[in-house]
Amino acid sequence: MVTIEFLGPIQKAPLTLEASSLRDVARVLKEDPEMAQWIENCAVAVNDTLVASLDTALQSGDKVSLLPPVCGG
Amino acid sequence: MSMLELYNGALNVPEIITRWYAQESDYNYGAYIPFIGTVREEDGIDGLSFDVYEPILTAWFETWQAKAASLGAKLKMAHSRGDVLVHQSSYIAAVFSPKRRVALETIEKFVEDFKASAPIWKYDLKNGQRLYAADRSTAIQGAGLLGSDE
Repeated sequence: MVTIEFLGPIQKAPLTLEASSLRDVARVLKEDPEMAQWIENCAVAVNDTLVASLDTALQSGDKVSLLPPVCGG
Repeated sequence: MSMLELYNGALNVPEIITRWYAQESDYNYGAYIPFIGTVREEDGIDGLSFDVYEPILTAWFETWQAKAASLGAKLKMAHSRGDVLVHQSSYIAAVFSPKRRVALETIEKFVEDFKASAPIWKYDLKNGQRLYAADRSTAIQGAGLLGSDE
């Protein structure tokens, strides 16, 4: 099982699901109406490192974080 | 000693910039440039509020620190989490370097990349509500991965 956490303004409790790659996570989140406004603008981190490929492999215990648009300062 | 400081609420600007000055005064830096960000009165807000994701912020900051070190410079940064009222400070970035040119160029690049990349989310405090500042926010480079069909 991997844990999906939603950062900042995304008002959503963490999810746990079976996933062997980010492609599996994408498939689940794309069907989630709560995620419709975030799917196209979030960056993705696996275990706190930003990633750039849906083929990023996941193992049980991994943490996937979704980072919506930022504005520090 | 970490060069990245996070505080609950507004920053104590005089304390921070004076302490940073004292910490670095013996290292022969010819230039110290602090950038102090202050919450402005605008659109009837009472203030701003911030969420910070520390693990990725720290990694981002350490990458910048290494870049600065390769130029003989050093960075420091302080940021608020939670509420910061109008005319208070939520952000200080500073660079120390032997010469001014590196300091001036580094502080500009650092602050601009901070705005585009640092995992911090801003909310307006208005009429008792905490409203995500979506229209002033920037998607992090590489965003949209989960919606792509690659």
